[in-house]
Amino acid sequence: IAAMMASSYNAKEEDGHHSSGSSHGGAGAVKSKKPDNTAFKQQRLPAWQPILTAGTVLPAFFVIGLIFIPIGIGLYVTSNNIKEFEIDYTGAEVSSPCFNCAKNFSWNSTTSCNCSVPFTLEQPFESNVFMYYGLSNFYQNHRRYVKSRDDSQLNGDRSSLKNPSKECEPYRTSDGLPIAPCGAIANSLFNDTLELYYIHSNGSSTAIPLVKKGIAWWTDKHVKFRNPGGSNNNLTAAFQGTTKPVNWRKPVYELDPSDSDNNGFINEDFIVWMRTAALPTFRKLYRIIQKKPNMTPTLPSGKYLLEVTYNYPVHSFDGRKRMILSTISWMGGKNPFLGIAYITVGSVCFFLGVVLLIIHHKYDNRNNSADIPN
Amino acid sequence: MFRKRPPPEEERRVRANDREYNEKFQYASNCIMTSKYNIITFLPVNLFEQFQEVANTYFLFLLILQLIPQISSLSWFTTIVPLALVLSITAVKDATDDYFRHKSDNQVNNRQSQVLIRGSLQNEKWMNVRVGDIIKLENNQFVAADLLLLSSTEPHGLCYIETAELDGETNMKVRQSVSVTSELGDPNNLATFDGEVVCEPPNNKLDRFCGTLYWRDSKYGLTNQNMLLRGCVLRNTEACYGLVIFAGPDTKLMQNSGRTKFKRTSIDRLMNTLVLWIFGFLVCMGVILAVGNAVWEREVGSLFQSYLPWDPPVDNFLFSAFLSFWSYVIILNTVVPISLYVSVEVIRLGHSYFINWDRQMFCSQFNTAAEARTTTLNEELGQVEYIFSDKTGTLTQNIMSFNKCSINGQAYGEVTDPLEPPPKRLDFTPFNPLADPDFCFYDDTLLESVKVGDLHTHEFFRLLSLCHTVMSEEKSEGELVYKAQSPDEGALVTAARNFGFVFRSRTPGTITITEMGRPVTYTLLAILDFNNIRKRMSVIVRNPEGRIRLYCKGADTLLFERLHPCNQELMNITSDHLNEYAADGLRTLALAYRDLSEEEWEAWSESHRCAGKATDCREDRLAAAYEQIEQDMMLLGATAIEDKLQEGVPETIAILSLANIKIWVLTGDKQETAVNIGYSCKMLTDDMTEVFIISGHTVQSVRQELRRARERMIEVSRGRDGGKEGGVEGWEGACYNGNGFGGGQAGATGGGGGGEKQLQCPPPPGTPPPPPPPSPPPPLPPLPPQPPSTLMDNISGEFALVINGHSLAHALEADMEAEFVLTACACKAVICCRVTPLQKALVVELIKKHKKAVTLAIGDGANDVSMIKSAHIGVGISGQEGIQAVLASDYSFSQFRFLQRLLLVHGRWSYLRMCRFLCYFFYKNFAFTMVHFWFGFFCGFSAQTVYDQYFITLYNIVYTSLPVLAMGIFDQDVPEQRSLEYPKLYEPGQLNLLFNKREFFICIAQGIYTSVVLFFVPYAVLSDATQSTGEPLADYQTFAVTTATALVIVVSVQIALDTGFWTVINHVFVWGSLGCYFTIMFAMHSQTLFIIFPNQFHFVGSAQSTLLQPVVWLTIALATVICIVPVLAFRFLKLDLKPQLSDTVRYTQLVRQKKRKPVGRSMGGVRGGVGSVSEGRLGARGSSRRSGYAFAHQEGFGELITSGKNMRLSSLALATFASRHSSSWIDTLRKKKHAHTHTPPSASGECSPAPSYVSGSVPPLSTSSSVLGGSQDTPVEEGTHTPPVQSAQVDPVPSTHTPPPSAPASEAACVDVVSPTSVRCPGGDSPGGWTLSLGMVQEALFGWKGIAARTSGSSSPGPPSVAKETSNTE
Repeated sequence: IAAMMASSYNAKEEDGHHSSGSSHGGAGAVKSKKPDNTAFKQQRLPAWQPILTAGTVLPAFFVIGLIFIPIGIGLYVTSNNIKEFEIDYTGAEVSSPCFNCAKNFSWNSTTSCNCSVPFTLEQPFESNVFMYYGLSNFYQNHRRYVKSRDDSQLNGDRSSLKNPSKECEPYRTSDGLPIAPCGAIANSLFNDTLELYYIHSNGSSTAIPLVKKGIAWWTDKHVKFRNPGGSNNNLTAAFQGTTKPVNWRKPVYELDPSDSDNNGFINEDFIVWMRTAALPTFRKLYRIIQKKPNMTPTLPSGKYLLEVTYNYPVHSFDGRKRMILSTISWMGGKNPFLGIAYITVGSVCFFLGVVLLIIHHKYDNRNNSADIPN
Repeated sequence: MFRKRPPPEEERRVRANDREYNEKFQYASNCIMTSKYNIITFLPVNLFEQFQEVANTYFLFLLILQLIPQISSLSWFTTIVPLALVLSITAVKDATDDYFRHKSDNQVNNRQSQVLIRGSLQNEKWMNVRVGDIIKLENNQFVAADLLLLSSTEPHGLCYIETAELDGETNMKVRQSVSVTSELGDPNNLATFDGEVVCEPPNNKLDRFCGTLYWRDSKYGLTNQNMLLRGCVLRNTEACYGLVIFAGPDTKLMQNSGRTKFKRTSIDRLMNTLVLWIFGFLVCMGVILAVGNAVWEREVGSLFQSYLPWDPPVDNFLFSAFLSFWSYVIILNTVVPISLYVSVEVIRLGHSYFINWDRQMFCSQFNTAAEARTTTLNEELGQVEYIFSDKTGTLTQNIMSFNKCSINGQAYGEVTDPLEPPPKRLDFTPFNPLADPDFCFYDDTLLESVKVGDLHTHEFFRLLSLCHTVMSEEKSEGELVYKAQSPDEGALVTAARNFGFVFRSRTPGTITITEMGRPVTYTLLAILDFNNIRKRMSVIVRNPEGRIRLYCKGADTLLFERLHPCNQELMNITSDHLNEYAADGLRTLALAYRDLSEEEWEAWSESHRCAGKATDCREDRLAAAYEQIEQDMMLLGATAIEDKLQEGVPETIAILSLANIKIWVLTGDKQETAVNIGYSCKMLTDDMTEVFIISGHTVQSVRQELRRARERMIEVSRGRDGGKEGGVEGWEGACYNGNGFGGGQAGATGGGGGGEKQLQCPPPPGTPPPPPPPSPPPPLPPLPPQPPSTLMDNISGEFALVINGHSLAHALEADMEAEFVLTACACKAVICCRVTPLQKALVVELIKKHKKAVTLAIGDGANDVSMIKSAHIGVGISGQEGIQAVLASDYSFSQFRFLQRLLLVHGRWSYLRMCRFLCYFFYKNFAFTMVHFWFGFFCGFSAQTVYDQYFITLYNIVYTSLPVLAMGIFDQDVPEQRSLEYPKLYEPGQLNLLFNKREFFICIAQGIYTSVVLFFVPYAVLSDATQSTGEPLADYQTFAVTTATALVIVVSVQIALDTGFWTVINHVFVWGSLGCYFTIMFAMHSQTLFIIFPNQFHFVGSAQSTLLQPVVWLTIALATVICIVPVLAFRFLKLDLKPQLSDTVRYTQLVRQKKRKPVGRSMGGVRGGVGSVSEGRLGARGSSRRSGYAFAHQEGFGELITSGKNMRLSSLALATFASRHSSSWIDTLRKKKHAHTHTPPSASGECSPAPSYVSGSVPPLSTSSSVLGGSQDTPVEEGTHTPPVQSAQVDPVPSTHTPPPSAPASEAACVDVVSPTSVRCPGGDSPGGWTLSLGMVQEALFGWKGIAARTSGSSSPGPPSVAKETSNTE
């Protein structure tokens, strides 16, 4: 407290009087303390002084309205042209084909459970069709979940591979060996396998080719995720001394043994899963159905069968699993909200503009107050 | 600061010239240290200080919380980066401040002073001066330490000092050494001086010193009269020697410069309240989210454990909720960002610089620019409601100029038509080589009249050159310097000098003047000195031809009564002239003479001598004697002196009162002077409905007067409201005439009645006459029903209140306060005259307490310090005299008129900017932070942030700080000249309309609305959206980037809307911040950084991948429009339907600019307008008559002159009898004192029978010399003819020294030519009357109530009792 005691006495100024007194005589000698005459110091900087007048605000409202409404209509139309099909295969209901799988399955199960979900597409899907799996009530955005990963390890850092970050706890080590990939996110990797069959009218079915590459962000695939040991093909050796995450059936280097470019950390299904969702209900890109070279639709209307290898239990936390098929436009997938929101906001602006215009004309005070009360 | 303090001293022993002896006591050296740190202690001490700030500690606490991994929802750097930034900025500022303090300390400590070491004078630095050293001071030097005056070059060991630095009194004061030491004289003798002083320990009482000098086995009492205090300046004394008693930090100056009261603005206080509320809000949100967390963990989280098990220490949902609470406290803390405090400081600093840089507040005359000495009060300048102003030196220049005169019915010096160019200044040099070149006069007819030898004119100026108490000094032939007691006397004598009647020199018995180039010596027979009741002074002189003539000058009212009847016609004419002068606010004096025959003189002289010798009622007898001779005089004319106002004062006051600012003048001056100035600076006008004068001497009378004033106000305003009341104006005029403004004193002339004087305005027709004031105040009449304050608030009509110091003392008593405030605040102008510095502070405190209004005190002298310190804002006038006021002030400049600019331009802008800044700041942080709250409902209340941690770190310090800072520093709603043109623009600040709790809630609501939009629009859009390549957009990183970008854009658009003044800097900052955001984001999300620190930059690639999506931009646009459109609509409606004045002004400005019209009403035009209006009023006025008589000085100087005491030996060479005179002079003083103890003083006076410590034959220089310790008056002895000293001592310190009294001489003096002239008790009117100097002010601040209570009880009212109180305590 003593140190806070500021003394008001400023010794130098004790003789301020004196010096100013003496400055009278030799005024020429004393440097003038007159402040500089600069626009900045005199607060005279040239400035634009916008003011909300009827002339600026009302047109702004109309302009916003006139811009937003067409955009909204465009968006709405585009969104309506996009075809989307969604099917829930959780198996929570007794009637559901996957009910048995859902009921009996747990992480500890060693054998997988299969179920087939038939569905019908009313309309053909043109162009590339994107196949998503969707999860509900799955909190990928939980703080502890989000941070439970080691980006350094996933980036192929050898020391992190052997010594994962503490953030990965409790999925950091297992039986004394470091887990690769460590953490809760990796541990809970979605591992259902979905296959799609077209049921011809004659009852035969054709497997629809699903492309599993090109589903991850470019930066994720090429920058963020790298296997340890670089382009070394021998992943098994690279992951020597690590163990698989507890929930996994097979180690990370066996995620896609057929394609060395899609194996280990750079397996795209894994990468997609590792990009955590912002909301507890989310969808993730699973496969791409390439558009056919000829004019036939990618997915003609008709009956289909979704073959599910049911590995991923969501029953415990009331989760739901979905399969989504969707086409895409310039603005992405189906998104009716955006178009409606634009149309609404645009209309409101326009309407506000009209209302304000009326109010302005009826109750304008400003012209009357040209003479300012003083 | 940290040095070990020795145990408190009981008493101080100092032996002269004996360093070894004095060192035993370890007295503080003369080295002063105002700095706080040195290089080593800086860091720890400064950090310690900074963490005493609650905000800083809070952030430190957050930082510690963040180190707990289970809680940490943010990385540690999100808090430490801003905290470190804030701490280092503050540290740099503190270091700079301290560096300058070091520098100034060094400068002062290294000043040279001459120290007597081993018999020779050596130059020593101030810091090396030790207690017990003898140092030599020369003229105009600062006193280096508190010294005991030992000897001086002046006779009688006298020396003169100026104490402006200490107490603000600018008149010179006399100090006298103890007679034994004054004989020591030269250094050789002093070197052998080995006296020992035993005295009180260091204290801060400026007016008291108590000690004893032991030397050569004798004891001598020491009083403040013997002390020279550090900070004083030696004047008019060639040199003197002093013994250092207190040095450095022990000096009274340093002991008085205590800790400055830290002032906070109301916005500060509001801000602190709001921050507390926000903390409460934060805790609420934390609790809500924690409860949510508990529920979630129980319902969902526990089931979800197969994917996300709980952290090890967490074993149930309640503990999880507890941790989640703290986690949320961390992430939501950004609602009160640390940058708030720093930004506020930066903005204020910027505003302070603008004040410092303002060329229009620069005074080239003194070469001083305005200075914001405190950087924390700027916005309060925009909220001032009350201004308390000092008069002398603040409103006026304290320069009197001889402006006009009326000689024998002929008026001179009339200003010609104001439209014509001002006439040329008269050049006196060809006519009179002795003329003062600085004298200004424009009317050459007067000079012509002198030249042609008009007898009246000659007599007029002869009177002016003879009838005064001015001393002259002629350094070389013709180079005259007048030392006048009061500036108006000086002005008159100077006028006479220029018109050919040059006062050259005087001895106790003669006055030599050069009349039209011919030296003439008059024999001075008597000075009939001025006093407050007489309001006139006369001299009786015998001219070389032997004719005896009495010359008299004085207040017209009193002089006209004493004129010879034949003067009737002339009197009427002169009276008209006087009215004109008074109407112009000039200070007038009437001049008259009377021829005396030898017999008359003899007769009167005898009666006068007897009166002078009278033991009882001497005062009255002298007055009667004077009265007797000042009769049948012949009127010569009248003078008009202008108490020069500072430039632009009336205009400033006019503008300020248009801005609804109430101006109170608090002055130590006399009522007449104060009222005159009130008129001349347009505070009081003749248009005013009524001016009330409160001058009661008792509680009851003051109460009655206040009540009566209030009743009148209600009555008048009722009358006005319901049709004009006819008689008011006329009656009011009568009130002026009848009572004048000297009512207080006039009534007090009655003497013994106890000063029951009240304003006795004849009541207006229709009202019952007020009960006559009974002489013994009756028990208080039953209180009339208090006028409800609402009634008082609606008073229509303009009233003014003039209150006297002694009435104020009563009005400030606890039970009267409310009544006084009620009355005074209903008045447009309030003038408090004859107030002590303490009262000034009390008045300010009173308003602060009762009105909750922002007060500003402005003054120039140290007597204003207390007021400046207690007001919300203190303004010091710099460049004039002492700088004590400036040192205590928050703002300083050199001209009163700059106040309008300070308040109406800088203050208004500051307030506006600060309010806009705060509104926006709270808005942007709520918009930013509340998104986390909404997100909490979707992430399991896990305290997951929405944004990237770097964004959170940088949002407040980089992305959004500069645009709002630019707005806070540069924004202007209307140009500066408009705010002066329309003072009403100041009102929102006074009413605190721009930032209050309501505005705060609006901002918060807007912020929360924005946060809702910012969260739910992306939520709705992105949850199902995909990129054009099919990848979903609803991943966390995309969502974070989208929301953050939308946020930055929305708040940037909002600041663009809020900014009303787009300078280049604003453009750069707004666009720069946006650019900065994108640049930094792309950098943070770049591959390069990720490859180096893969664990720190998780967001690699997010920016580009997100911002390439059209849907994201559509989302951002949508969110922005939804956020901004309602604001825009709301603002437009407000502007369109209920425009504020500033909006209208701004709009008009725009329209004008569009029309390409040159700006018609420039500043100059306005000023001119105000000026011309006032000119017009001046002409119209004249009906009311005020006696503005000009005697600003104290009585008692006649005595000094006739005794020759204050004359240099050289000028006394002729007057050989001078030495014999001294004792007679003392006699008179004693008699005077004696008279006082018996005659109750009329107005107020120093009549306390105070025991004092006068040792030896030292003539007590008491009242008239107005010493610091004025309360230590000489005790009075009955026997006036006994040699004064031995018997007269009522001295607790027994004086062993036998003085050399000259009793015969004293007898001789009595029969001598010069009769001792009247010395009356210098009532409350002399500055000595309220020598309540600074030290006492501080001392009395605590004991005031008690003193006041005693005052009211005692028969001698007012300040004297205070003086008595102090002396009795000794």
